[in-house]
Amino acid sequence: MMNKCMSGNEAVAYALMQINPDVMGAFPITPSTEIPEYFANYVANGQVNTEYVTVESEHSSMSVCIAAQAAGARSVCATSSCGLALMYELLYVAASCRLPITLACVNRALSGPININHDYSDSMGARDAGWIQIYAENNQEAYDNFIMAMPIGESPSIRLPVMTCMDGFITSHAVENIELLDTDVVRNFVGEYKPENYLLKKENPLAVGPYDISAYYMEHKVQEAESMKAAKARIKEVAARFAKISGRSYSLFEEYRMEDAQYAIVLMGSTAGTAKAAVDKLRQEGVKAGLIKIRVFRPFPGEELAQALANTRAVAVMDKSEGFSGNGGPLFTETRSALYDLKDRPYLIDIVFGLGGRDIKIEDIEKVFLRLANIAASGELGPVYTHLGQRSKEDVK
Amino acid sequence: MIRAKDINEHTPWQDLTPGGEIYEPGTARDFDTGTWRTNTPVFIEEACKHCMLCIPFCPDSAIPVQDGKRLGFNYMHCKGCGICEQVCPFVAIKMVAGGVAI
Repeated sequence: MMNKCMSGNEAVAYALMQINPDVMGAFPITPSTEIPEYFANYVANGQVNTEYVTVESEHSSMSVCIAAQAAGARSVCATSSCGLALMYELLYVAASCRLPITLACVNRALSGPININHDYSDSMGARDAGWIQIYAENNQEAYDNFIMAMPIGESPSIRLPVMTCMDGFITSHAVENIELLDTDVVRNFVGEYKPENYLLKKENPLAVGPYDISAYYMEHKVQEAESMKAAKARIKEVAARFAKISGRSYSLFEEYRMEDAQYAIVLMGSTAGTAKAAVDKLRQEGVKAGLIKIRVFRPFPGEELAQALANTRAVAVMDKSEGFSGNGGPLFTETRSALYDLKDRPYLIDIVFGLGGRDIKIEDIEKVFLRLANIAASGELGPVYTHLGQRSKEDVK
Repeated sequence: MIRAKDINEHTPWQDLTPGGEIYEPGTARDFDTGTWRTNTPVFIEEACKHCMLCIPFCPDSAIPVQDGKRLGFNYMHCKGCGICEQVCPFVAIKMVAGGVAI
């Protein structure tokens, strides 16, 4: 093991170098550009023997990955925002052809108006594409999640592509201390990609992605759905193996000071660091505050989340992406659906924040907890779906 | 390994291949895909000079060739697109309405 200072992008590129994948479909887009850039150095220096395919768009980079993975090669890709949006069609092709490609998604707001900063509107738009989605709070998690991605997705019982997500600029560009595993340990952990059938297997030619008439399509979608459900157990299995080589434990979500929490916030990514500071501060003041950081969004850990929130009095989901459902952000709708099966449900509100990189502070999170305490005390929920951090006429008065 | 001929519209989801992969070549001959034809080409043998122009133009390889001569249409694969009628220099192919050649 080795301690280093690295940005999130460099950490993922370093993980890629250690894994030495067969093919990379490479196309730059802010803020993920550094990943193929750092990796190009490893290719040029002969540290990996990856086929580095430079293409003319993200539609093509994902197409390269699909073709290569179908041929039997382990394929990787990195993108952000509009790049992911341009892959939209191919994301579904990758998942439905059951090709376990790994994609580093460096989250950035979608246009428009054009913006290069962080929110989850890109990967949330792809949440129903059939990809496993794992979100990182910091550089260490971005590195660790990427190393765990292939053993999860490539498992014969799963065979689904995996998107590891980190917050654009906040995680991708900020330099933090990070603990790197030895390369031989990583290679041994990730193993060789050995699909049972692939295009280059000369013993029996393979046809991939044939036309599915209505008499077959639904059966294939049920297969995909069942694999997504099974992925929960596989993610936990791989995390347990990873804990043995790294000493770092991961689950479907992280519970922070939730043991006796009365008020809880559910959110994702780097905002968890800010929220933990707010929780610590409130705990010192005697407020029973807690945090749940969703790590795995697909498959969504609904039952587990409901159990974790069962004894709270009021919960705020904090969505760092709109959804324009008119009914709350994507994390909120998943959480509210998960809580429905509880006998006694906590009060639940949604707060959309941080869009396009709008900053969030510890004091903002404290205010959310204060609102939860007021809801629990008064029994009045008030508006369920609100935004936080925008300038408003009400504030000027 | 499950063969294409053993998969049909009664196969449960658990027994289908992942993503519909097919583990062998040449499976088109197991499926009659000519059933949705609404126009049908008719081969007028006496007008044909066997120039072979229709064969590469057919998108569905529905015109068999034997000993340098084209044979009648393979209606199992013909979709009735009418390209062969258009390219034939000798009016040896005539499209008729309906899915069956009468």
